[in-house]
Amino acid sequence: MKLYELTFSQIRAGLSAGEFSSRELTESVLDRIERVEPALSAFVTVRGRGEILAEAERADASRASGGNPGALCGVPVAVKDNISTRGLATTCGSRMLESYVPPYDATAVARLRGAGAVIVGKTNMDEFAMGSSNENSAFGATRNPWDTGRVPGGSSGGSAAAVAAGEVPLALGSDTGGSVRQPAGFCGVVGVKPTYGRVSRYGLVAFASSLDQIGTVSRDVAGAAALLEAIAGEDPRDSTTAAEPVPSLLADTGTDLTGVAVGVPDEYFADGLDGSVAEKVSDAVETIRSLGAKVLTISIPHLRFGVAAYYLVADAEASANLARYDGVRYGHRSDHAEDLESLYRMSRSEGFGAEVKRRIMLGTYALSAGYYDQYYLKAQRVRTLLARDFERAFESVDAVVAPTSPTTAFALGERVHDPVSMYLSDVYTVPVNLAGIPALSVPCGLSASGLPVGLQIMVDKFREPVMFRVAQAYERAAGVDSSLPEL
Amino acid sequence: MAVERGDVEHVAMLAMLAFTEEELVAFTTEMNGILALFEELEGVDTDGVEPAFRVLRRRNVFRGDEPGEMLPPDEALANAPDRHEDAFRVPAVLPND
Repeated sequence: MKLYELTFSQIRAGLSAGEFSSRELTESVLDRIERVEPALSAFVTVRGRGEILAEAERADASRASGGNPGALCGVPVAVKDNISTRGLATTCGSRMLESYVPPYDATAVARLRGAGAVIVGKTNMDEFAMGSSNENSAFGATRNPWDTGRVPGGSSGGSAAAVAAGEVPLALGSDTGGSVRQPAGFCGVVGVKPTYGRVSRYGLVAFASSLDQIGTVSRDVAGAAALLEAIAGEDPRDSTTAAEPVPSLLADTGTDLTGVAVGVPDEYFADGLDGSVAEKVSDAVETIRSLGAKVLTISIPHLRFGVAAYYLVADAEASANLARYDGVRYGHRSDHAEDLESLYRMSRSEGFGAEVKRRIMLGTYALSAGYYDQYYLKAQRVRTLLARDFERAFESVDAVVAPTSPTTAFALGERVHDPVSMYLSDVYTVPVNLAGIPALSVPCGLSASGLPVGLQIMVDKFREPVMFRVAQAYERAAGVDSSLPEL
Repeated sequence: MAVERGDVEHVAMLAMLAFTEEELVAFTTEMNGILALFEELEGVDTDGVEPAFRVLRRRNVFRGDEPGEMLPPDEALANAPDRHEDAFRVPAVLPND
């Protein structure tokens, strides 16, 4: 077995036992990137080999000098390209920020560096995190490692593809409406969207501030828990971070789920759900039942209104957040402007791609005079109803389980010219962001056509430990094949 | 309620975006398709329901009014497309004549 094939749990054990060094692991990962990256385009930027290996050697030295090096010390990590990295280009998959180099680190990145993680590069994404397929990247679409004719999902498709292909064992993504969980499901890896406020958004380039949350991508549940523990917690630089202390997220509880109540919402198994996804998810529910969990049928009555409410709220917030791109302080500046107003207008029109313009337009429309009540306010009221659906569910169950997406990975080009069908592929993930609760996607096997299927586990705010417990028990009991796809 | 080309032009003006004639026509059709999806919300009874706006109950986070660390001007201006001394340079705001 090559080092790049190892999951986080195996890496942690191997590094602590001195079976291999961070330098050896990192070299293996960098060789893997060199070999498979031409077929995948999972990265926008990979740092220079020399500087990466120097950091790996520093981690080895700190481990050799004793003390407690921490779970992430010397572990290679990739970072989505909308999370600011000091001195390292952060493009958001956009021409607008093609040459932007942040002068500061996002809090999540600073915490990763502090933990001794080795940042290898920045992953490809849908422009400004707007998309469900990675086809909206200005730097070319990322491919799904399981079938390079298919999308990896989005918008954290680069992070998911990189982890799935063994280019890196861990990655950060961001999840505004499913942008970590959906690509994790499509690529057969673990993706976590934490409780809103768990992780600082300082340095995460803003898309929809009331929904955005940095999340994790890994091959195993243990990797997700370790990565989240490292980046979570209150931050004076983001006043929306939660004051709640971050508990130990993953106790080794084996596979026993006695005393855990799991709800299966009818609405997630209705029309539009692909048969092979339904089958795999139902099998997973049976496995969870066999581990001692009590399984109940529940209801999330407003599920079908989630997509409309989500896109209204997200686009409205995006139209305000993206007003900052004016060609003045950073980002693309048009060469064709004659005065200040045309500078704004031309820079934005040249710098943004089609989907970003579409969202800004829809959001501007929804907030404009005469439509605010009809669209924006109505969507925020429906958001309350959806949040209440989950509050009610969590009165009787600890976790809600459902498919992550209605289908497996779709073909490149299949939906990119049909925004409504693209938006509807987010139907099972957006309610979580609207309600602010945490959720995770864990692989639950391959469909008949050999594509990964994701099982989504949703819990109440700040109850990540029970989410990880159910996920890890399932992961162990199901014995999901963790071998990498053929590339 | 359908939007027309003129509505799209007005929104583009507000959003500081410019579209070609072709883009305007295509976007009008597209926007109507998406608005039809949004209009599904009209069927939801939201009488007496508060809008969400925020998902955590936390509000008004205060800190002492003390200056923190700041970026040195050279770093803050490093990404500027056009710089003049310690300022961002832009085309004339008012006409020259």
